[in-house]
Amino acid sequence: MNLDELKKLKDKAQRQVALREGNKKYRVVFSMGTSGIAAGAREIMTAMLDEIDKRGVDNVEVAVTGEIGLVDAEPVIRIEDRSGEKVTYAKVNADAARKIVTEHLQKGKVVDGLAVGKVKEKEAERPK
Amino acid sequence: MIRSHILVCTGTGCTSSGSLTTRDALVTELKKHGLENEIEIVETGCMGRCDLGPVSLVHPDGTFYKNVLAADVPALVEEHFLKGRPYKKLLPEDPITHNAVLTQADFTFFNRQMRIVRDNCGIIDPEKIEEYIARDGYLALGKVLTEMKPEQVIAEIKTSGLRGRGGAGFPTGKKWEIMRNAPDLPKYVVCNADEGDPGAFMNRSVLEGDPHSVLEGMTIGAYAMGATRGFVYIRAEYGLAVKRLHIAIEQAYKYGMLGKQLFGTNFDFDVEVRIGAGAFVCGEETALMRSVEGRRGQPQPRPPFPAQRGLWGKPTNINNVETWATIRPIMLRGAKWFASIGTEKTKGTKVFCLAGKINNTGVAELPYGTTLREMIFEVGGGIPNGKKFKAVQAGGPSGGVIPEQHIDEPIDYESLQKLGSIMGSGGLVVMDEDSCMVDVARFFLDFCCDESCGKCPPCRVGTRQMLNILDRITKGEGELDDIGKLHDLAAMVKDTSLCGLGQTAPNPVLTTLRYFRHEYEEHILHKRCPAQVCRDLLSFTINHDKCVGCSVCARNCPTNTIYKVKGQKKYYIVEEDCIHCGACLDTCKFESIIKASEGPSHTAPPRPEFEPIPGRKMAVSR
Repeated sequence: MNLDELKKLKDKAQRQVALREGNKKYRVVFSMGTSGIAAGAREIMTAMLDEIDKRGVDNVEVAVTGEIGLVDAEPVIRIEDRSGEKVTYAKVNADAARKIVTEHLQKGKVVDGLAVGKVKEKEAERPK
Repeated sequence: MIRSHILVCTGTGCTSSGSLTTRDALVTELKKHGLENEIEIVETGCMGRCDLGPVSLVHPDGTFYKNVLAADVPALVEEHFLKGRPYKKLLPEDPITHNAVLTQADFTFFNRQMRIVRDNCGIIDPEKIEEYIARDGYLALGKVLTEMKPEQVIAEIKTSGLRGRGGAGFPTGKKWEIMRNAPDLPKYVVCNADEGDPGAFMNRSVLEGDPHSVLEGMTIGAYAMGATRGFVYIRAEYGLAVKRLHIAIEQAYKYGMLGKQLFGTNFDFDVEVRIGAGAFVCGEETALMRSVEGRRGQPQPRPPFPAQRGLWGKPTNINNVETWATIRPIMLRGAKWFASIGTEKTKGTKVFCLAGKINNTGVAELPYGTTLREMIFEVGGGIPNGKKFKAVQAGGPSGGVIPEQHIDEPIDYESLQKLGSIMGSGGLVVMDEDSCMVDVARFFLDFCCDESCGKCPPCRVGTRQMLNILDRITKGEGELDDIGKLHDLAAMVKDTSLCGLGQTAPNPVLTTLRYFRHEYEEHILHKRCPAQVCRDLLSFTINHDKCVGCSVCARNCPTNTIYKVKGQKKYYIVEEDCIHCGACLDTCKFESIIKASEGPSHTAPPRPEFEPIPGRKMAVSR
């Protein structure tokens, strides 16, 4: 083992524990209340997780929450970034979820046809 | 893809409260909901709150759950992982605000801490070297071996101001330099993991939660001092720590972090584990070395110091678990950074164990210079049941008590010594107003007397004589000159004992005499125990205004000493037969038993007036 090999090993292993260090750029929140689940939020989440994994995107954490409030627009996904910007996507299907990964999470571009809202709040107000 | 980790503590504390069953239940439950590819269960070392065990932490949310028993797992999985909201029932409560604590970061116990030594504990799986490597593990070793000369390493440790965490606080850099300059070969390094203080478990938590950090520190130290073999001397009672240490050593060899030609250099280093045979004195370095050699663990006079003639007569360096685990962060982040933490004379952080009458029991790491008040009332969450703080025993059985008037003192080696206590391993046993200080001194002295190896008479005989006097005092047989005798004996034992055990054993007695002399005087002069602890000085009587005559006390009295008066509903405790066990007090539902140290408030009537109690034989003794 030399120093370079150790560093390589570290980079490989880091993905395993990165989740516990909690400083990801994006946080994707799925509305997983009754209406979300009924509209297929679970399947869409599986698709998105699969896409994130496949593309090796490592700047994102995925969470679920209760009803977001847009019942007729479910499945709803909200993407929060570290600056406090929140983008809400409505009526997301599996393809859209995959597109959000490649466009929003990888390139930082909001997917226009799907986003229904974008707000920016102060850093201090962002929930931990 | 894994979106969430649930960290289950599998340290000794949580394992004994059932965390392994919880883990199994989690596996089943996650599978049932098809979440096994989304949520990963990680077994970690101690998170520091053994009293809330089994504890769990969910990432990335940071939600901290207490008492996660297998029966609660189905609801927890459904609430947290399916519905995405915290499972309120298992959230801990802040002892001061009484609000539920949502995340670990909101918990005063956690967010007041500064974690350097325990940085990985409760975060990584200690049985996986990969997770350690992911958190910069062995990077410090790689850099030291390839980029630094041994002298530079020692200079760095000297600059950092690191002092030995084992108790005495000797500067580590200086110790290493003496060892480096010792001419004899081969040289050995030893990790002292014979943690024996009652109420101290910080070394165990590090070895269980992050064993590689100790191994890495030892390897760096061995390189700096020119040693080629290392021993970890660990007590046999620490079964899990021993197991994880063995796993860590095996993995380190496999990954080339131990063994021959480390990192492509000519430096070889091997580590072996030696299990202690269970004696407190083996934590003393000369006794420890005898025990490593396979001989009887008894201390020897110094000089020669271990750095001159240690294991098998060769130069040996002994550091404690926490000292070794501090080496890695110093080498990674620099001596200047480390020296910026702590007080002027004592740098860095210390892992403390909070025990006794305190709300947040557990392991907490804070910078030196933190005051005892912050430690007890902020991190520790104060005293339970609205009781008043009385004193804290710092430094284990060889430390001393610190009373309330000094709790604003910053914690470091010098200030504790000034107060008559010691830093020791960092154990803090908190006592409230219900503790009798004579009894406390007796308890700790009893421990040291019991653990005295018997080699030198001052310790063997002196502590026994002191204990006899304390025994007499707590029984109400103390005499006026006992306090003077205790002072004389304590000074003799301190000055003439061979090793640290005897030299520090009188500390609890001396500090209680210094701060709570009036309690000794109450015991001796008035045969009273103000805190109502010393059994022989108590009396129990029944308050007939409150007693309803249910007979439950009489039926629970182990010595049959509670009687009913013929034709009446009145019960009496016969003082001369009472052993003051308090069983009546514990069982009475009407608060009619009066415990006092002023003698009984009334005496029982003559015996013929008593009648038998149903289901209970009359005492046959008289």
